[in-house]
Amino acid sequence: MKILVCISHVPDTTSKINFIDGDTKFDTNGVQFVINPNDEFGLTRAMWFKEKQGASVDVVNIGGAETEPTLRKCLAIGADNAIRVNAEATDGFFVAKQLAKVAQDGEYDLIIAGRESIDYNGGMVPGMLAAILKTNFVNTCIGLEVEGTTATAIREIDGGKETLKTNLPLVIGGQKGLVEESDLKIPNMRGIMMARKKPLTVVDPVTADAETKAVSFEKPAPKGAVTLVAPDNLGELVRLLHNEAKVI
Amino acid sequence: MSVLVYTENENGTFKKAALEAASYAKGVADMLGTSVTAVAFNTEEVGALAAYGVDKVLTINDDKLKAFSAAAYADAIKQAVAKESSEVIVVSSSADSKYLAPILAVHLEAGYATNVVALPEGVTPFKVKRTAFTNKAFNHTEITTAIKIIGLSTNSFGLKEHSVSQTIEAFAPSLNDADFAVEVVSVDKATDKVSIADAEIVVSGGRGLKGPENWHMIEDLATVLGAATACSKPVSDMGWRPHGEHVGQTGKPVASNLYIAIGVSGAIQHLAGINASKVKVVINNDPEAPFFKAADYGVVGDAFEVVPELIEKLKEFKASNA
Repeated sequence: MKILVCISHVPDTTSKINFIDGDTKFDTNGVQFVINPNDEFGLTRAMWFKEKQGASVDVVNIGGAETEPTLRKCLAIGADNAIRVNAEATDGFFVAKQLAKVAQDGEYDLIIAGRESIDYNGGMVPGMLAAILKTNFVNTCIGLEVEGTTATAIREIDGGKETLKTNLPLVIGGQKGLVEESDLKIPNMRGIMMARKKPLTVVDPVTADAETKAVSFEKPAPKGAVTLVAPDNLGELVRLLHNEAKVI
Repeated sequence: MSVLVYTENENGTFKKAALEAASYAKGVADMLGTSVTAVAFNTEEVGALAAYGVDKVLTINDDKLKAFSAAAYADAIKQAVAKESSEVIVVSSSADSKYLAPILAVHLEAGYATNVVALPEGVTPFKVKRTAFTNKAFNHTEITTAIKIIGLSTNSFGLKEHSVSQTIEAFAPSLNDADFAVEVVSVDKATDKVSIADAEIVVSGGRGLKGPENWHMIEDLATVLGAATACSKPVSDMGWRPHGEHVGQTGKPVASNLYIAIGVSGAIQHLAGINASKVKVVINNDPEAPFFKAADYGVVGDAFEVVPELIEKLKEFKASNA
């Protein structure tokens, strides 16, 4: 089985979010970048396929040279090859078009992308990729088994989950549940050394027009101070929620 | 030309998110000087939509569409868009909408903006405000394509009643086998509980509750309030509660009217996930817990004393308001 895992290079979840250039650009100053958490669950699931069922695992990212440490980390975790499409990830459709080209060239059986990146939260790349490729697609996937060319996937739905059956080739929008938090691997020294020797191929982007444009950013207005209620005066809390906040 | 809205129903009843999407579609239609057409699957009870400004409903009744299929629903909606010559399509942020909308976007060569929180700031250029960086920021996005899809953030626009006289038209899209290549085998859904996605009120517990055996407090409080129950990431990682209850940056997003956090310290990832909630209440014995900075109302106290007492006060309140 040939697996492609799509990797977003995103600010660490604890990052302070600020903008520069008249609020048109994310301020990367002092920000640590990581593998997008939703992608990392998928990457780890891919490693399990490799270990248990025999599979090759490639990783791909759309971005500049600054994203290569994130791809190297994926190689250190155990991916075999990395591909970087040398382009700025301008919008979800543009990214999906680039991924589609890489996917077609590599003839992958299974493509795993995170359900959304934690920076732009577009949540559209996996579905767009599947639609461009005319491939089967399961979003918000929290469980995946493959036998031969048949896949059984569990999808998180509002208020529960459903089990789906489909065939490869398949695109997955993955998230926690594919593997657990405790299953995530921290690369060891041997993995990091080996990653240096693994191929990281840089390819040029295909022509594609972005369909949306992030014009500017804005931070939420600062919040007012909390209203404290004494633990022996909870009737007051109920009153405030009813009369002031009007939520009960 | 009409604005098209996908209105999701559950066993024939429109979801609140669908009515909110309809309200929003009406707002966009007013800006564009046009009408609203809704697409509804496998229900005849579409009258509820007339109260939210939907002028016309295309009803699609097909047994093959009884189980949700993202590909088939996207195909059907695409054909409805062509029929109505719609240029703006509105969907909610439900799991199903987020599943089908990217497929629809590719079929229609439409730009798609998700997590939109307000009516467009302008229609030429077509610009919307959406959340980004998991609610830590807003992003003003221009959609540059002829056809545009807006994914409305849950509970951001609200329900706006606007009664219109409505026409209903049966619509039979032609579907193909490829639309059903992903087959639903089984659905496992708690029907007696409010889901986090649909809940007006969410009650959430963290590590401060000390163990899964104490969760009855959370459940009792949720029952009094008609709320959904949720938990912090450590709680789900330790297996005290199912993953489906984990809310936060890597869990489920919450956009309820009221969010009550009990024994949750308020890590930045947790706060990001619940920030879209309108009113936040924290109960924690540590006055230094970061959640107090994010909350509207707070109680510094022992959850094991405060929560039972709060349940009593709420029962008294409900009884006197009944």
